[in-house]
Amino acid sequence: MDETHPRTLSSLPEHSAESPLSVHAMTVAYHRKPVLWDVDYDAPSGALIAIVGPNGAGKSTLIKACLGLVPRASGQVEFWGRPYTQVRSRIGYVPQRESVDWDFPVSALDVVCMGRYRKIGWCRPVGRSHRRAALACMERVGMAEYAHRQISQLSGGQQQRVFLARALAQEADLYFMDEPFAGVDAATETAIVDVLRELKALGKTAIVVHHDLQTVEEYFDELILLNMRVVAAGPVARVFTRENLQKTYGGRLTLLSEAAEAVARVGSQGG
Amino acid sequence: MLPGISLGIGVQLEPSQLEQLRSSALATAGDRLPTLEQIIETVTLRGGYNTNLVIAGTTLLGLAAGIIGVFALLRKRSLMTDALSHATLPGITIAFLTATALGFDGRSLPVLLLGATVSGVAGVLCIHAILRFSRLTEDAAIGIVLSVFFGAGIVGLSYIQANANTSSAGLNRFIYGQAATMRAGDVAIMGSIAGVSVVTTVLLLKEFALVCFNDAFAKVDGWPVGAIDLVMMGLVVLVTVAGLQAVGLILVVAMLIIPPVAARFWTERLWLLVVLAGVIGAASGYFGSVVSALLPRKPAGSVIVLTSGSIFAISFICAPARGVIATAIRRLRLRLRIAGDHLLERAHELHTSVLPASVVDELAQRRGWSRWLRTLVIWSLRRAGMVGSMTSNGLEVLRAGMARGARVSRNHALWKQYLISYADIAPSHVDWSVDQVEHVLSDALIAELEAELTAQGIAIPAVGSAGR
Repeated sequence: MDETHPRTLSSLPEHSAESPLSVHAMTVAYHRKPVLWDVDYDAPSGALIAIVGPNGAGKSTLIKACLGLVPRASGQVEFWGRPYTQVRSRIGYVPQRESVDWDFPVSALDVVCMGRYRKIGWCRPVGRSHRRAALACMERVGMAEYAHRQISQLSGGQQQRVFLARALAQEADLYFMDEPFAGVDAATETAIVDVLRELKALGKTAIVVHHDLQTVEEYFDELILLNMRVVAAGPVARVFTRENLQKTYGGRLTLLSEAAEAVARVGSQGG
Repeated sequence: MLPGISLGIGVQLEPSQLEQLRSSALATAGDRLPTLEQIIETVTLRGGYNTNLVIAGTTLLGLAAGIIGVFALLRKRSLMTDALSHATLPGITIAFLTATALGFDGRSLPVLLLGATVSGVAGVLCIHAILRFSRLTEDAAIGIVLSVFFGAGIVGLSYIQANANTSSAGLNRFIYGQAATMRAGDVAIMGSIAGVSVVTTVLLLKEFALVCFNDAFAKVDGWPVGAIDLVMMGLVVLVTVAGLQAVGLILVVAMLIIPPVAARFWTERLWLLVVLAGVIGAASGYFGSVVSALLPRKPAGSVIVLTSGSIFAISFICAPARGVIATAIRRLRLRLRIAGDHLLERAHELHTSVLPASVVDELAQRRGWSRWLRTLVIWSLRRAGMVGSMTSNGLEVLRAGMARGARVSRNHALWKQYLISYADIAPSHVDWSVDQVEHVLSDALIAELEAELTAQGIAIPAVGSAGR
């Protein structure tokens, strides 16, 4: 836990105050089995950052651990040099589409309005100005005409765009997106890429879990290659190499995952 | 309230005599149908003070349970609620024993309900603990807690019955419910719970919706998901405990779950769902206690549940968009449309305006149409003015039918070509076969396809040239 590694100012990299996200020595475990080892990363400001790696590499877990959705076994995460609780209003989130029940009795616009709730505050209904702002966000992803559809009547790609519009409605500076390109149609893919470029032009940062190696160079500036640990991270031009990819994807049962199995075994015997 | 009649007289009767007595008793007293006057009196709340109390109590309880049940349902906690109500029983017995041992009246309702609340919440916490510290799934954890707590409660009850010298049988009413024992104070409690439920829901509707729909997003967005959950679950506990006396711990879950489930068939709007569920719950509560006031020995709890169950059944079958009938009609329409399209496409391909019966037979066989589907297809095409009558030469296809056949054929070709030229993208999101998709292509999509294919320099098949 954090208490075992008291955070001192000197242990932090100097530029962390400008970095929208800096992760330091973060380890995450599910049921005693480590899924992320000792992750260190500083995100450059205003970049489009892809997290790429094989299935089970811990891509979604990395995002969720940064956001406090899964507990960290150790390590620190800071946003612009401050803890998450102080900068929540600057962070936007696009969860995986499969993580919710789309038969929920709300319209697409209702979902996008959820991105405004933070600004609306407790116990107050969604006012007209917020509704208009939400509708404008739907327009940016090409979904305005579906605003009043019940969400189960939307296609997978349209649902994904609704989630993206909701994140835009949060008006954040740093966006986390969990597999936004998974299983979407061409129109949605284009819409997402357009929004990402728009965000970049506005000086915002996006960290995106991505699965399609073919589009990494075209869509992103920065790349984190992940397979339980950070294999390589940095500008796409430098990191996106054959050796790095082989290191990331070459065989799941590396020394590291064997070590993880061993630790889990010892842990379950001991406790 | 009407007096019941007891059949247990301790006299030996021949089975035939017994049968006769029973049927006459049913007709005369036991299940005597109330007169119209009695019905009107009870329904319009002129059936006496006590009857009105019970009606008001169950109506308010139904209202609160319907509203709060919406969130239990949307948060996927229906089963958890059942475990909660069953887990109240050991608390009731322990509260009774403790209070009696300390010299108080063990039958005092506040004491019993306090015990019920404590052990109900303890049951829910046990479920969470099991989930947290083991790899069991939620249904298993709920099954364990529900049965163990209920078993412990039954043990407690039998202990009380065997040992306590006071009349303790009254505790049984928490299992099956006994609305008729409601007093003015109980009704006031129901009223406050209903009021709290309505006010909380109005104030926190958007927060509840956010947490129920997507708790991870809510958490990242900075909302105290745990606290909001606690409010929702707290209201569920409140309604459950309040309902114990009226409908019993076995049936109280039905008051929470059935109204929202029934209401869900009629609306896609959350606020309307809440209103409808409240109305259905209140109506069931009202109707249930009216019926039980008019027909002696009909416990209100079960009539309430049967009422809401009937509303559910009607919704399930008849609701306009989600009901069984509507779904079946929609499916049949689509099938008819697709089958009709195949028929017209065939006429187009054969360049003939009279389809010989043999061709229709062959098509029916190839497509696996049943006899009645075949008849229905031709009937619906005729109604739409696409075909004429079946003559000895065959089926006459009218001008509109030929035009439609040409269009279907063309869409089919367009779609095929689209799949070929976008093979690398399309397969990931195309899950319909070529044969089906042509029937659902919208005009807008067709225009888009044409534009895209033209831009790609791919020739669009002209109407009439697309054969198979």
